Amino acid sequence: MKYSVSVRKFDAVIVGAGGAGLRAAIQLSESGYKAAVLTKVFPTRSHTVAAQGGVAASLGNSEEDHWHWHMYDTVKGSDWLGDQDAIEFMCKKANECVIELEHYGMPFDRTDSGRIYQRPFGGHMSNFGEKPVRRSCAAADRTGHAMLHAMYQRNVKANTQFFIEWMALDLIRDSEGEVLGVTAMDMETGEIVAFHAKATIFATGGGGRIYYSSTNAFINTGDGLGIAARAGIPLEDMEFWQFHPTGVAGAGVLITEGVRGEGGILLNAQGERFMERYAPNAKDLASRDVVSRAMTTEINEGRGCGPNKDFVLLDISHLDPATIMKRLPGIREIAIQFAGVDCIKEPIPVVPTAHYQMGGIPTNYSGQVVVPGRRSQNEIVPGFYAAGECACASVHGANRLGTNSLLDLLVFGKSAGESAVDQLKQSPKAHKEMPQGEIDRALTRIDRLNNQKDGASVHETQLEMRRTMQKHAGVFRFADLLTQGVDKILQVRENVQRTEIKDKSAVFNTARVEALELDNLIEVAVATMVSAEARKESRGARLWYKECNRLDYKSVKLTPLTVETIELKTRAY
Amino acid sequence: MTTRTLQFNIYRYDPDQDKKPWMQDIAVEVDSTDRKLLDALVKLKAKDDAIAFRRSCREGVCGSDAMNINGKNGLACLTDLSVFPAGKPIVLRPLPGLPVIRDLIVDMTQFFKQYHSITPYLINNEPPPERERLQSPEDREELDGLYECILCGCCSTACPSFWWNPDKFVGPAGLLAAYRFIADTRDQATSARLDNLEDPYRLFRCHTIMNCVDACPRGLNPTLAIGKIKAMLVQRAI
Amino acid sequence: MLNRVVVGAHYGLKDWLAQRITALVMMLYTLFIAVAVLGGVHDFESWRGLMAHGFVRFFSFLFIVSLCWHAWIGVRDIWMDYIKPVGIRLALHSLTALALVGYAGWAIQVIWRL
Repeated sequence: MKYSVSVRKFDAVIVGAGGAGLRAAIQLSESGYKAAVLTKVFPTRSHTVAAQGGVAASLGNSEEDHWHWHMYDTVKGSDWLGDQDAIEFMCKKANECVIELEHYGMPFDRTDSGRIYQRPFGGHMSNFGEKPVRRSCAAADRTGHAMLHAMYQRNVKANTQFFIEWMALDLIRDSEGEVLGVTAMDMETGEIVAFHAKATIFATGGGGRIYYSSTNAFINTGDGLGIAARAGIPLEDMEFWQFHPTGVAGAGVLITEGVRGEGGILLNAQGERFMERYAPNAKDLASRDVVSRAMTTEINEGRGCGPNKDFVLLDISHLDPATIMKRLPGIREIAIQFAGVDCIKEPIPVVPTAHYQMGGIPTNYSGQVVVPGRRSQNEIVPGFYAAGECACASVHGANRLGTNSLLDLLVFGKSAGESAVDQLKQSPKAHKEMPQGEIDRALTRIDRLNNQKDGASVHETQLEMRRTMQKHAGVFRFADLLTQGVDKILQVRENVQRTEIKDKSAVFNTARVEALELDNLIEVAVATMVSAEARKESRGARLWYKECNRLDYKSVKLTPLTVETIELKTRAY
Repeated sequence: MTTRTLQFNIYRYDPDQDKKPWMQDIAVEVDSTDRKLLDALVKLKAKDDAIAFRRSCREGVCGSDAMNINGKNGLACLTDLSVFPAGKPIVLRPLPGLPVIRDLIVDMTQFFKQYHSITPYLINNEPPPERERLQSPEDREELDGLYECILCGCCSTACPSFWWNPDKFVGPAGLLAAYRFIADTRDQATSARLDNLEDPYRLFRCHTIMNCVDACPRGLNPTLAIGKIKAMLVQRAI
Repeated sequence: MLNRVVVGAHYGLKDWLAQRITALVMMLYTLFIAVAVLGGVHDFESWRGLMAHGFVRFFSFLFIVSLCWHAWIGVRDIWMDYIKPVGIRLALHSLTALALVGYAGWAIQVIWRL
């Protein structure tokens, strides 16, 4: 089969139109650069839309707060694996970025004095871990939705050029390693186009769909990570996956931590508020890995609820129904829809559910992609930026703090955009020549898929991958399970390389899209399993069962930008 | 695990292969973990990978999987399988009134064009303050029931006025968004927004049929918002 | 003619408002007649007696004007929905307007002849 690939030139190409992509796009469009934003779905359908609880910023609207305390919480939350320079950068920028959003028109809830409403959240403490603080800026329990729409609207104002329902296929890099854009497929027509750009920003989100039970949307297939890995860019911290404590049992749909922020508590089969035992200080608002692990321990030790004793209960029935209707209306809908309970009267069955990928494409805090090279551990890949869940600026380390994901995408979306703008300003040179071989790389994959005979079913293969990940790389990690897991996932990868689709149509071929997504997912899955097996310590969300020691090693950037290093401590909430 | 078989009657059209649309009869086994129509659709796609539909968040917030289910617009991920009577096939069609790209996937260009036509962003030409613009909780409450729209298109494609004039009538989704900005105390462009809508087609094609209210999977009420816009126009004129 | 979708005619509010006001007039008139019929107005003489009042004549006149105005907006909207070619639509608009004016004149003539 022959393909004709047309080339389109832009100053910048942004892959992904979730929070990070849209934030970066605002930066480029408002600076007057011609940016193409490629997205698999209409921008407001990106998974940022599902974020519920809030975005962290030490605005101090309800009580005293400080970015330094936020930084401390983030470092502690990350189990000292986050880079302290990036964490300082993010926590300092938080207020500015949230205020900007408000100016874009985001409908935040308000305090009586008219300021942005803030609620308590897991791991948010004042005065370096003393007591819970209200730091999460919220729009009811639809913060992500309100944020994504506000940023899309700002992009409409800025006249950003979107390529909607286009799927990025592969990176285009020249022999010097510089990134020159991406190849992408128009899903509606099957046409393949090379987007030739001086700056390429990845904001493709995470790959949560590698797990069987996940809060993530169908589209969260780690496309940017797969693309980067295939182009020879190593992925960082992939063994760290956050299991959100409260996914609806069975359905996997997210129930925000804001529920506990508003006063919800977790109960085991005996009706005991068990978090008091695991985290005497923060209780139900300990950081997510701590709560998930406690829940899993309760279930493993036979104190789970239901006929199979496989979930615990999240109870808010003691709250004023008016508060639930005002602050958590979406949660009530979700509980009715997906758990069949009205949370005003009954508790919601919940289980820890795969939620967030802490690792990703390694970047510095300016959003520039860095790789280990000959000169240093952090050599910049020219022309390549990443932000949001697909990137690892290393602010989340081994465990992300709740509401820091929305903050991450705002701060690093903006800073990646700013870095790209700086690059475009400093070197207004013409586009570099594009090597044909790089375009062919994407075509080979499409071609293989179109001509595969007697191959593996995409559906079966992805199920096998998800079941393997769920079983071998869950909340607790066991050495023997991980060793087996590596063999198993590598076997699954062989099947991924020979997937076959029956549908060969050129028009909106979703079978082809799913097969291409699986190519990306498997890279994420393999990276996760292999690095999980390789890390022989307990840290944050990634825990060796009954071997809870942390190896305090020095590869992490412990030096912040301006303040003193937050020294290593044993983590307790 | 108990399983049951669901019969489907699905609108199929692939312009690459088919001369004209056809209805496919197909059955699929679902078990007790499959609660929603979308779960069944995913299983159907495993059987016949050529069935094309959009889907993403599977929890009713992204607005991707809007379709016409047994004659009524809705989201597959929020439709309980238990509501379908046994023995009758579930009839799935693309959203009515928009061009079909393939199977259950419609071309939403016209829908978004109308959304974009109402200047869907906050307009405030004063220099932004250092902190947030203040808004009282009561003023903020005015936006409830407006900002939650997920742009799924269920309402506009259930509206006869939109079917006849999709190019000129803004439609319930767009008008809901228009009122979202009119109602925002931070927005300063109310007059311009009202000017933009004062037109026999753009706003006044709404004949209060209220199909939009019936179709909205988020329980929003575009007709109410449209009524408020009209009331503001009256207020302005007299 | 340039084939482009143009909107922004800056009318419609008055029509919308008129439709509601005329509907109100028609409703009141209908109630009035219903009360009259229940109150014993049934044969030609009693109708004639009723219509002899200046107020009733004026109210009937108001009703007819309301009806025609209301119908004008409704029928015009139907043409606007279903008839796309501008020439045909304009012709239908004109015919509708002429017919309604004609009906109104005829009806008024009938009332004052009573």
